[in-house]
Amino acid sequence: MTFPLITTSRWEIEYAHIIDRYVETEGYKALTKALTMTPAEVHEEVKKASLLGRGGAGFPAGVKWGFLPENVWPRYLVVNGDESEPGTYKDRILLERDPHQLIEGCLITCYALGLSQCFLYVRGEMAHGQERIANALNEAYRAGYIGKNILGTEFSVDIILHWGAGAYIVGEETALIESLEGNRGMPRLKPPFFPASIGLYGKPTIVNNVETLSNVPWIVLHGGEEFSKIGSEQSTGTRIFAVSGHVNNPGVFEVEFGTTTFRDLIMGDNYGQGIRNGNKIKAFIPGGASAPWFFEEHLDVPLEKSTVDQAGSMLGSGAIVVMDETTDIVRACHNVVRFFSRESCGKCAPCREGTNWLEKILQRIIDGNGRDDDLELLLDVCDNISPGITWPPKQTTICPLGPSAVSPISSAIKRYRNEFEAYISQSSTGTPVGIQGGIL
Amino acid sequence: MSRLNEESLRIANEIIDRYPIKKSALIPLLHLAQEQEGWVSDGAMNHIAEIIEITPAEVLGTCSFYEMFKRSPVGEYQLNICHGISCHLLGAENLLHHAEETLGIKEGETTEDGKFSLEGVECIAACTEAPCLQVNYRYQNKVTASYFNQLVQEIRDENRSEIPKHGSLAKVRQSIPNERLAGIEPVEHAQQPEWLNRNGENS
Repeated sequence: MTFPLITTSRWEIEYAHIIDRYVETEGYKALTKALTMTPAEVHEEVKKASLLGRGGAGFPAGVKWGFLPENVWPRYLVVNGDESEPGTYKDRILLERDPHQLIEGCLITCYALGLSQCFLYVRGEMAHGQERIANALNEAYRAGYIGKNILGTEFSVDIILHWGAGAYIVGEETALIESLEGNRGMPRLKPPFFPASIGLYGKPTIVNNVETLSNVPWIVLHGGEEFSKIGSEQSTGTRIFAVSGHVNNPGVFEVEFGTTTFRDLIMGDNYGQGIRNGNKIKAFIPGGASAPWFFEEHLDVPLEKSTVDQAGSMLGSGAIVVMDETTDIVRACHNVVRFFSRESCGKCAPCREGTNWLEKILQRIIDGNGRDDDLELLLDVCDNISPGITWPPKQTTICPLGPSAVSPISSAIKRYRNEFEAYISQSSTGTPVGIQGGIL
Repeated sequence: MSRLNEESLRIANEIIDRYPIKKSALIPLLHLAQEQEGWVSDGAMNHIAEIIEITPAEVLGTCSFYEMFKRSPVGEYQLNICHGISCHLLGAENLLHHAEETLGIKEGETTEDGKFSLEGVECIAACTEAPCLQVNYRYQNKVTASYFNQLVQEIRDENRSEIPKHGSLAKVRQSIPNERLAGIEPVEHAQQPEWLNRNGENS
């Protein structure tokens, strides 16, 4: 099966982050082409492409763009580069190796939608990515691709580099907007108002992920229809997946969306090359830490949004974490839950309190202080955060962070209950532990 | 009680001018304060409150939410060992324990000479390079115990000049030539952008 590389085509090219090299490799051709079309025509191409958002929720970008209310100005573009979902590792590479592609995608989007300013929010910890993007912006300003009267036309837009300071929750689009306004990164209550109608400074705002926008130049250059021929009917184009954990060849791979399977990615010679030491697979996370876990029987599920949704998980942010048979499931589960507990913003009680309790209970099980009814207690707390523990999850919180902490627990207990019970059966209450957990 | 110095203030004003509303510059300005001193002091926060015209309490409110901002002095080199799930599966806990023993401090502490601070942090997006760490937000991949020792030694010997002192992030800053600046639309009463007239509607 052959498909063109769309977002990663320059990863192997040396100095592709420098503007001259970018221009030599078809860079800024899409922008030039877009400026010969009307903004509405450009929007139409992206709609035709059925480009799904690559951030996690998988919402079609063209449709999201269509939610902008008429005649409300100014409108903003906010680029979500706050990638922090455990296991996810694609936006950072896109920022570091092909920053101009992202910039070009932003420019085309602003042109199509009449957005008057673009804020590029890069995660605080990504110092190198910030340097690359700052340098690329400086180059593009000097070359006339950004700023006033772009390429001699009446199209003018600024792209402002903004950076975060270490908070996972800011990847949620309304929290990102709060953070960009200089506030604590806490999600806003929605519905009724989504950012497309009331966003940054109360104005219509499009928030798109780095990978989503990196697809836009290709779509404009080759046409939305051409893009939609790649992949499957409902999951078009390509997607970048990061495969990590117990595989022989961990890496970040662009594959055809919708047709490739998990087995191809994890076992395939061009990709993960199988499990380390010839071990068996025990479980894998199909779409970042928020996703319920998959097991051996799910290996042949295609990387297709609706199929994975139906199978009980999600492709989320494109992060596949593989655990082999030597993995201690209870500790792995605790690890993921601890993440959500630490990163809960504290706005909603079920998440703030619930994730903390989940972590504490798992910690005491690991420490040898587990109680007989702890598994029921864990599931009960999960049920309080996400009633019924269903998929897709119901939520008692403003954003999906709370229910995300439920995923690893419900998956792990459902499949490997015996491992939890083994810990608990060896427990002797009264084992002395430190104040934050952990055996003294 | 140190305020932003002249150079930081110059950069701060440049940053503020890029946003329609001054408060948006708060996080970048806090980074600037941290770059100047290695941490964010009350004096710096008060100064920032003055220049973006909000209260010091609002500055503290935002500052305290984000874990990269240190409100007391930390080591010159902040060692952040990733213990996200991928690194966990490939030995992050062992690496963290090794680091604790090597440096003689616990996670969350700073060495007596003020050289190193140690933290276990959540996923830093280098999962295929597990176990990984960042020194002042510079990546170190596939870190073994012996490589960790070597890294610490090299820093002590001042042989890792590519790693800046704690507080400074990107070494390249965005700079926009004045004549290229598109300018900021007012948040209220803005007009439809000129180029949308090409659609032939609403014109």
